Amino acid sequence: MTPDSNPPILELRDLTVSYRTGGRGSDALRGVSLAVERGQTYGLVGESGSGKSTLALAVMRYLGGEGAVARGEIRFDGRDLLALSPADLRRIWGREMALVPQDPFTALNPAMRIGEQLAEGLRLRFGLNPAEARAAALDALRSVRLPDAERAADSYPHQLSGGQQQRVLIALALSGRPKLLVLDEPTTALDVTTEAAVLDLVRDLTRAAGASALYVTHNLGVVAGRTERVAVLYASELVEDAPTADLFRQPLHPYTRGLLDSVPRLGQRKDERRLTGIDGSIPPPGDLPPGCVFEPRCPLAVDRCRAERPALDEPLPGRRVRCHRWPEILSGEVSARRELPPALPSATESGEPLLRLEDVTVRYPLRRTAAETLRREPKKAVRAVSGVSLSLKQGRTLGIVGESGSGKTSLARAIVGLVQRSDGDIHLMEVELPPRLSQRGRALLAQLQMVFQNPEEALNPYLTVGESLSRPLVNLLGVSRAEARQRAGDLLEAVRLPRTYAARLPAQLSGGEKQRVAIARAFAANPALLLADEPVSSLDVSVQANILNLLTDLQREHAAATLFISHDIAVVAYLADEVAVMYLGQLMETGPAAALFEPPYHPYTEALLSAIPAPDPTVRQAAIRLAGELPSAVDVPSGCPFHTRCPRALGAVCETQTPPWQTAPGGKRIFCHIPVEELAAQQLPVVVFGGEGE
Amino acid sequence: MLIYLLRRLGFLGLTVVVTSLLVFLIAQVLPGDVCRVILGREAGEARIAECRADLHLDDPAPVRYLRWLADFARGDWGESYATGFEIRPLVLDRLRMSLMLAGLTFVVAVPLAVALGMLAAVNRGKWLDTVISLGSLAVVGLPEFVTGILLIELVAFRVPWLPASSSLPVGAPFRAALPALVLPALTATLVLLAYIARLTRAGVVEELKQNYVRTAELKGLPRLTVLVKHVLRNALLPTITVVAISAGWLVSGLVVIENVFNYPGLGRLLVFAIDRRDLPALQAIVMLTVVAFALANLAADLLYAALNPRIRVG
Amino acid sequence: MLRPYWRIVIQAQLTENSIIPTAGQRFLRFARRLFADFPTALGTSIMLLFVLAAVFGPLLAPYGFNQSIYEHPRQPPDSSHWFGTDHLARDVFSRVLVGARSVLLLAGGGTLVAVALGTLVGLASGYAGGWLDELLMRLFDSLLALPALLLALLLLGTLRAAYGESVSAVSKGLGVFLVLAVVYTPIVARVVRSVVLAVKTRSYVEAARLQGESLGWILFREILPAALPALAVEAALRFSYAIFLTSSLGYLGVGVQPPNPDWGLMVNEGRRNVSQVPWAMWFPAAAISLVVVGANLMADGLKRALREE
Repeated sequence: MTPDSNPPILELRDLTVSYRTGGRGSDALRGVSLAVERGQTYGLVGESGSGKSTLALAVMRYLGGEGAVARGEIRFDGRDLLALSPADLRRIWGREMALVPQDPFTALNPAMRIGEQLAEGLRLRFGLNPAEARAAALDALRSVRLPDAERAADSYPHQLSGGQQQRVLIALALSGRPKLLVLDEPTTALDVTTEAAVLDLVRDLTRAAGASALYVTHNLGVVAGRTERVAVLYASELVEDAPTADLFRQPLHPYTRGLLDSVPRLGQRKDERRLTGIDGSIPPPGDLPPGCVFEPRCPLAVDRCRAERPALDEPLPGRRVRCHRWPEILSGEVSARRELPPALPSATESGEPLLRLEDVTVRYPLRRTAAETLRREPKKAVRAVSGVSLSLKQGRTLGIVGESGSGKTSLARAIVGLVQRSDGDIHLMEVELPPRLSQRGRALLAQLQMVFQNPEEALNPYLTVGESLSRPLVNLLGVSRAEARQRAGDLLEAVRLPRTYAARLPAQLSGGEKQRVAIARAFAANPALLLADEPVSSLDVSVQANILNLLTDLQREHAAATLFISHDIAVVAYLADEVAVMYLGQLMETGPAAALFEPPYHPYTEALLSAIPAPDPTVRQAAIRLAGELPSAVDVPSGCPFHTRCPRALGAVCETQTPPWQTAPGGKRIFCHIPVEELAAQQLPVVVFGGEGE
Repeated sequence: MLIYLLRRLGFLGLTVVVTSLLVFLIAQVLPGDVCRVILGREAGEARIAECRADLHLDDPAPVRYLRWLADFARGDWGESYATGFEIRPLVLDRLRMSLMLAGLTFVVAVPLAVALGMLAAVNRGKWLDTVISLGSLAVVGLPEFVTGILLIELVAFRVPWLPASSSLPVGAPFRAALPALVLPALTATLVLLAYIARLTRAGVVEELKQNYVRTAELKGLPRLTVLVKHVLRNALLPTITVVAISAGWLVSGLVVIENVFNYPGLGRLLVFAIDRRDLPALQAIVMLTVVAFALANLAADLLYAALNPRIRVG
Repeated sequence: MLRPYWRIVIQAQLTENSIIPTAGQRFLRFARRLFADFPTALGTSIMLLFVLAAVFGPLLAPYGFNQSIYEHPRQPPDSSHWFGTDHLARDVFSRVLVGARSVLLLAGGGTLVAVALGTLVGLASGYAGGWLDELLMRLFDSLLALPALLLALLLLGTLRAAYGESVSAVSKGLGVFLVLAVVYTPIVARVVRSVVLAVKTRSYVEAARLQGESLGWILFREILPAALPALAVEAALRFSYAIFLTSSLGYLGVGVQPPNPDWGLMVNEGRRNVSQVPWAMWFPAAAISLVVVGANLMADGLKRALREE
């Protein structure tokens, strides 16, 4: 497709980037070579610490003060980028290559109107006069489908939502009509439905402009459906590079294999096939192993891997891999795929519910301004959760899915008592839970424990792991201090950590290890109900699977019920027995996890499912994209809260009347005005599985 | 914006109430019997009683506080125990002298300090930054009276037209007072300069790390445009706060400096009042300074709001 | 050389058994930070010397602080009188050495009171939140509008006016303490409170609440340690300002009275006789500046270490 006379738009040859920190240099990238052809969309996948962000910045030749290219070559559009003067670079930046940065909240100047932030570059690049530049800026904003370009142009960044800000940044990057677009985790800060819309937009616009794109991301799902080639980075090195479909179908590097097996395929369930994950954690850039960088974690490592660094070989045309054992992997003699026995099925649905919520509502009152008090306006409140009723039986897992602002975390916090519910009843084992934490006795506290999202702040950094683990034993179970120390060691073993870790401080643990300790602490007092609030979403993909497995096993051993909260519908579908979907503080749909992917769906669930970034290029998804922005939780829309964005809204009835709960086949319950039969008739399965079956 | 303004005004009122309460407690309640203080230990009981009635000292403390505050607000600041003159004209004259000195200092020090701080931040780690940082650190360590004396010893005795003592007639117009103002203002400038420059540098360094700076650079804008148009504006916001805080610093500094140079400002009067045990003058001066300082802070707040779109619009 | 030796000792202790950090090791880790680079080490050394002088000054001083050596009046610095003698033939070196104690007691003691009070108030206010917090913070904001020197002058001036020169040194010292407490407590409380606000929503604090920990444990074991680094920086800064304040009061003649060897007062007295005994002014002035620079260097170093964490 590409004639040889036409050089790639971007070519890296043996690129090595070093950072100097505290007098010592360490390589953030080691000998990376790759080529992005003209018009190609190239994915670059890596976990944190892989060097992927360094690569994105190095391609722009915008490394900070400490980073420098130590060796190698960057050729952009046939030119040697490293030989360019700063003035030449400024001519290329924005004009020939542009960056879409990771965090839209901080990437725009907070004190400048959006229009001017776009126009200043246009005036400079194309010599436009102010009026022309303004018109061009408005065009750019329209091209990224911002509904009211005029208003957006006159806004300051803080007046826009995250998704809108990211669109502005895309408009900014594309406004110079660059030949290469570098996207550094462009959607990581966004919700799933927004992410899908933004990714579609980038695909359409780069295609229309004939530009090339380099997608840098940690998310396999993002590259699967949208790139032509994918390179995998691990610990500063490029370990595999292949056409996207080939990579997902037949990964040749054990690390790639491990990554793919760490995330649930759509529809994968824990009692059918377990996630396997990769043991250990990524080595720090200053301390790479002498042989293959992946050797310490590799299930196929042999002596040679410890001693000798593998070269980047080309086993098949267009495929490259950095592994000593690729011939055996290619021929099928060995496989890096690990099999774990599937999880035992959850306890059957019998007996009284362990946890029962009735009409639980959480409101955070807002203070009135002086003017509002004078006008005697009623007090406003953020309605984080409104009227949620749920029940959960012993030993089972209920997954709650929702985007940010859906109220899922508030609901969990109301159950454990970290926030007070404003209304409704919560019963645990038929005992009513008092709203305030201080009204709950120790026996009650012991029954309800929580695992939090961010492992970095899960443990008190000033207490040793042993101290952290023995506190709940002493407080809640009344165990003596000496015995608590002993049992802290047992708890560590239960979460597959060595007993010697008891003496460590959290700073000496990796993120995954911290989360293991946090889980051990939550199970210490043998709770009847565990609430897990996004317990793996801050962790690297390869670590997530092991934590999920651990949660499953411990839950089984303790016969505890779990309320699992996540924005990741694939993970919830994998782990949970039942699923509840939340939007703007209300439940939209509940039902068995096994039926989640089967129509009929609530229209919101339908949109969520279609937006999942599936880590599988063979999966076909309908493109249902939500219009508009999430309404404010202060002024929740009347009637059905979803009516402002619902693609299937019926009209007046949705706007004024609260929808009924309808029962659908498969045990689902749907909160919608559209009759279930009609939904079933209109809806096709959103996700069609291809290739490797379940 | 209007709500913000109202809130700031409300806060100004609170500040005046709280600080005046403190001043009242110290100056009116702490001494016990104010009349004893005025009339001396030998005064007869009859005169004391008469005085107490005059000053309403037998009223309950809240009533006395309110009356005292109302009097102050009306401009009735009483008579000096020491001289018997009315306090207000005396204090206002001295205030004018102090403001002259403070104004000159501010006009010189603030732009210079902000410029130096930015220069140091932009050249972070280079020799210019080192020089500015070390210089400002050295000056920060010197109390105002040491700096002042140093300047007198080093400069005033060598430059004939700069007087070592700045004792001026109180009503002196600015132009006539200028030579005498130079050294005190320079002393205050040095101290303020170091302080503001250090904090400005820290603010700009922080601002330069922000992601939007990268966005601006990657538009291909010239470095100078990025600095002036993008960084400067945002870095000014924290700088305003710094300058407002340093106004309080300047108030304390000026008291010392005026005494070092014998400059006839409010600070000099304050120490006189203490020497002469002149309580009414003392509290009037302190109250006036506090109010002036609170007003300066209000001005800074408003400027901050005007420059910050997050406050100005929604 | 002090610095390299210290570093070696501390390094050795830390690597030997770094898995179990005892209280002693945590202290050593903190101590190592105080010698992490040259400016910080310089600042720490100055402060150590100063504290030593304050504690042992009267023992080490070759002469009494108010002892006139009539054989050597107005002597320039030489080997027998390192800092010379003043207009009353007193040994300036001895006076500076002895005066260190009053500086440490007043400035250091006042800072300590403010830090202790500010920590308690900041912890309570930040953790409780709600209207109490709101009220305290507004109150503190308005107290921030009080220039410390002005308040001190008002208080000491009133004391003098009401009770004459008979006001004892103790009550003056208490007055300075009070002023420092009133003016610096809000500042320290704000620093602590901002850390509390950031920390109290962290998962480990919430986990502690879910595990039935007592309020005292949560405040002092879960939250306070996170505030300690910022508190150390603030304490060093406050101390340097407190020295400014007390020496300015001394210079203005409002604080302690002669013949007390207060450094500010010595500068004041020295200035009156500057043409004859300039050294009697410059040495105490240099001592003040040195200690303030030392405290600032230490604060800067702690701040840097804090940022690296």
